[in-house]
Amino acid sequence: MSAAAVVTGIGVVAPTGMGAEEHWAATLRGDGAIGEISRFDASSYPVRLAGEVRDFVAAGNVPGRLIPQTDHWTHMALVAADMALADAGVVPADLPEYEMGVITASSSGGVEFGQREIQELWSKGPRHVGAYQSIAWFYAATTGQISIRYGMRGPCGVVVAEQAGALESLAQARRVLDDGARLVVSGGTDAPFSPYGLTCQMANGLLSTRRDPRRAYLPFDADANGYVPGEGGAILIVEDADSARERGAGTWYGVVAGHAATFDPPPGSGRPRTLDRAIRGALADAGVEPGEVDVVFADAAGVPEADRAEAEAIAAVFGDHGVPVTAPKTLTGRLYAGGPALDIATALLAMRDSVIPPTAGVAAPAPGCRIDLVTGEPRAGRVRTALVLARGHGGFNAALVLKEPPGRPGRADHPTDDRSDR
Amino acid sequence: MKDFTLDDLRGLMRASAGVDEAVDLDGDIADVPFTEMNYDSLAVLELAGRIERDWEIVVPDDVIMELKTPAEVLGYVNRQKVA
Repeated sequence: MSAAAVVTGIGVVAPTGMGAEEHWAATLRGDGAIGEISRFDASSYPVRLAGEVRDFVAAGNVPGRLIPQTDHWTHMALVAADMALADAGVVPADLPEYEMGVITASSSGGVEFGQREIQELWSKGPRHVGAYQSIAWFYAATTGQISIRYGMRGPCGVVVAEQAGALESLAQARRVLDDGARLVVSGGTDAPFSPYGLTCQMANGLLSTRRDPRRAYLPFDADANGYVPGEGGAILIVEDADSARERGAGTWYGVVAGHAATFDPPPGSGRPRTLDRAIRGALADAGVEPGEVDVVFADAAGVPEADRAEAEAIAAVFGDHGVPVTAPKTLTGRLYAGGPALDIATALLAMRDSVIPPTAGVAAPAPGCRIDLVTGEPRAGRVRTALVLARGHGGFNAALVLKEPPGRPGRADHPTDDRSDR
Repeated sequence: MKDFTLDDLRGLMRASAGVDEAVDLDGDIADVPFTEMNYDSLAVLELAGRIERDWEIVVPDDVIMELKTPAEVLGYVNRQKVA
């Protein structure tokens, strides 16, 4: 039996706020952060809405040398990583450099930076492409910059699986902790908004073209009509439990207890999709029975057929209306690689505060979606075990089980500490 | 065509590789090696690209790697301008 992987630090850079607490408060209030795309002039595009991190400022928050050398996506991850390390009370210089790793997820890479340089190439020629293009736009850039900044020379990598990537980054973090690392900076961000980036996304035909931010992204709703893209994400510090104890880590948000990933068969094969298998695999890996799961953070595609498929997978494992399901990403849109990282952060805060945030804007699940969707107000109730689901375009499925940290004291301060009130 | 000055170079250094909060580019940097100002090989390559784009002076990759300080870069660029 391997040692537990515990999350000891959370850093959030999201449309809902800078920092975990700002994001969490906005999530419980149901403050929607979807609005008109402002990062470039999108007025001639069919997709006009996005979840942008409006409060993000690189100057003064990202090391000055790294601002022109890296993409907006890396800027956000550097700020989130700094927050997460501070939250965990980690002083990297105090820990062995080869026992600290960095494993992030990315989906768009440095698409805004890349577009700028490609335009220079087209319009002026190869001598006008900046040298930093070579290190700024590829998927591993964020992992590399975090590794260099903090002197983390242990296992490093990047997972690319569209929206499923960040769950895979936590799973990979757990593996390298098993192999002897003591700490991993994991999670991820994404920054998909440049003309080129948006055009690439639109090719999947799944983005919402609505103009009303309150009606644009309505997963599981009968009125679902696609998803709104978003930027940002979360960085999470995952540590070996013994190492965390040894260095006196202050907060243990939760344990990364189980994971499984599956890949769907090709369309037209006649074979079923495999999200239910990912769920069962993750529960088995965690040693958890379906009845022990207190909440499911859904992938929430916002596309009727995909929503139904997810609801069916959940119902297949938990029974009809068998477990509370929520999708607070309705406030931010889908953040690609950053999305599940933010869901993990939100799930851990739900665990901490014994409350399930709602799915914003959705009144009731569509007919055929037989799930207990948490809508309207936050739902009080202890969260001992949470399941986070993510699907990446092209067939990726991932499921991650989070458990309450071991030895968490009773929650006498929470009058809702009672499973019967679910 | 006017001379390429240390202030011109400072501007290009800032634009190309950003500003390290710990390094005072406004100080007397003419003879300070780029490496001591935390300008690595990529930063120096980018600097050469900026000189070419803004001043139309080609500083080949193998040449820029041999120019260790701002003064050496100024010397090279201004010699090319005369040539």
